[in-house]
Amino acid sequence: MQIGEASGLKLGPATRDAFGETLRELGDKNPNLVVVDGDVGNSTRTELFAKAFPERAFNVGIAESNMIGVAGGLAASGKTPVVASFACFLFCNAYDQIRMSIAFPRMNVKLVGSHAGISIGEDGPSQMGIEDVALACSLPGLSVLVPADAVSTRRATETMLAHDGPTYLRLGRPKVPVVYTDGCDFEIGRAIQLRDGNDVTIIVNGMMVAAALDAALILSGEGISARVVDMHTVKPIDEQVIVNAARETGGIVVAEEHLAAGGLGMTVAGVVTRTVPVPMGYVNLGDRYAESGDSAGLLSKYGLTAGAIADAVRGIGQR
Amino acid sequence: MAITATKLTLDELKEKARTIRRHIIRMTTEAGNGHPSSSLSAVEVVAALFFGGFLRYDSAYPADPDRDRFILSKGHAVPVLYAALAEAGYFPVEDLLTLRQLGSPLEGHPNMRRLPGIEASTGSLGQGLSIGLGQALGSRLDGRDCRVFVMIGDGEMGEGQVWEAFAAAHKYKVGNLTAVIDQNGYQQTGATRDVLDLTPFAEKIAAFGWHVQEIDGNDMETVLSGLQTATQVTDRPTAIVSKTQKGCGIIPVLEEEGDLNFHGKPLPPEAAKKALELLS
Repeated sequence: MQIGEASGLKLGPATRDAFGETLRELGDKNPNLVVVDGDVGNSTRTELFAKAFPERAFNVGIAESNMIGVAGGLAASGKTPVVASFACFLFCNAYDQIRMSIAFPRMNVKLVGSHAGISIGEDGPSQMGIEDVALACSLPGLSVLVPADAVSTRRATETMLAHDGPTYLRLGRPKVPVVYTDGCDFEIGRAIQLRDGNDVTIIVNGMMVAAALDAALILSGEGISARVVDMHTVKPIDEQVIVNAARETGGIVVAEEHLAAGGLGMTVAGVVTRTVPVPMGYVNLGDRYAESGDSAGLLSKYGLTAGAIADAVRGIGQR
Repeated sequence: MAITATKLTLDELKEKARTIRRHIIRMTTEAGNGHPSSSLSAVEVVAALFFGGFLRYDSAYPADPDRDRFILSKGHAVPVLYAALAEAGYFPVEDLLTLRQLGSPLEGHPNMRRLPGIEASTGSLGQGLSIGLGQALGSRLDGRDCRVFVMIGDGEMGEGQVWEAFAAAHKYKVGNLTAVIDQNGYQQTGATRDVLDLTPFAEKIAAFGWHVQEIDGNDMETVLSGLQTATQVTDRPTAIVSKTQKGCGIIPVLEEEGDLNFHGKPLPPEAAKKALELLS
């Protein structure tokens, strides 16, 4: 079953598509907006902007280090650069450049990583960004955004460009269900509660949000009332929402399409352990690389499903 | 008022270079660490840029968008830049002696967020030319007549990112970007030709489509004419391979110390005294 289907969610555009279209539209309003691309603009969808504003788009070739430095320099000249690549190439190839040319000098550069997670499917582990959130969160002053669907991605893109400061926006390759059918009030650092509950809270982001809503339905059938929170901003994390969840529901499960190390789960655990310690469960990729295969098959094999989230909730209940 | 450049006479420039060298010796010996020899090789080019009529800047308005930029990609040589900035009026000359001390904005490597006049935070080698390329592109998009100068070490040329930037600058015909390779012949563990020989630089950079000159980078007249030629080229990026001596100005002292590379260490107080006498 497709993620979100149990909750009646309809498949919508990929988050990268929503980003690309929004960027193209914002190009009209914001003449300072520039794009720097490492020759993957047709994958990250910055090509829509590049076609509309060729004089403001720079494809520097397959050279991520230089790509990041150029973006830092454009920001120093007062531009608002959006630099997009695959999440893995952006952070794994150019981490030091992001550190020295963007984060340390606090350059107003918008980093966009598409093809995050294992749901990219057939292209396999070398193309999967599964450590990007950890690397991004390790950089002081960088905001880290992981929107769930096309609607929130549109708002995240607008918000990111209006925000003054270096920001990372994490996007996926496949089409994802529309969670925010009635629009999304997106604010950096403010989580969104999608469903209330008393027994447990599922904190989640990215495409796992739809899976969490499915899991809440499954659990509801078993008499477990689950709160679902879209933690679209991993950094700065919304501490108050986590504290409230711990106090009011007594248990937290965190689900994400990322390695265990340094992701949303560990970030939430850091808040929980120093505020209101409660039992926690985790749904993530653990400490391993995935493999090639179809997207749904991979998510199932590597345990990133509604069923896995429901299992993690039950696991907490048995403690 | 339009932003202008400071232009001293040749004799004044030579004296300014000596003053900058004395600052470098004093500040690194006072700090007890730092990279004086790496700074000394670059003195003529930096002095010529700031005081020889090339960089347009206003130390009272460092953020002027019409200013020219100088990026020191070989960030460990920052004492030469601090000395030039102090002489240019960005901060009092006395502050040079706070180099590397807790609380001082004169950090061990350039930090643009702490000291006006610093155009890029560098110290992780290989990144300055890309940043300079971005600044040159940004100024061009705004229709501003700014030139960006980036100084790169010859050892730093081992970083692949530098060559990525050479290629991209050529693609975009960035005519307001000048790279100066400070070819002092040494890097941390020894002679650059022994560690990773990337010479001939001029031929290689020219093959990337850049305008290239080779100059004696410690001869002020040659430096001035080289920079003059570079700033007249506006249809493509320009490079100056600046052949220099690491520790230029105090070579006899380094010989006495038995280390012509003298990388990443200050002169002991007695040697510093001799060096200052040489430079008086």
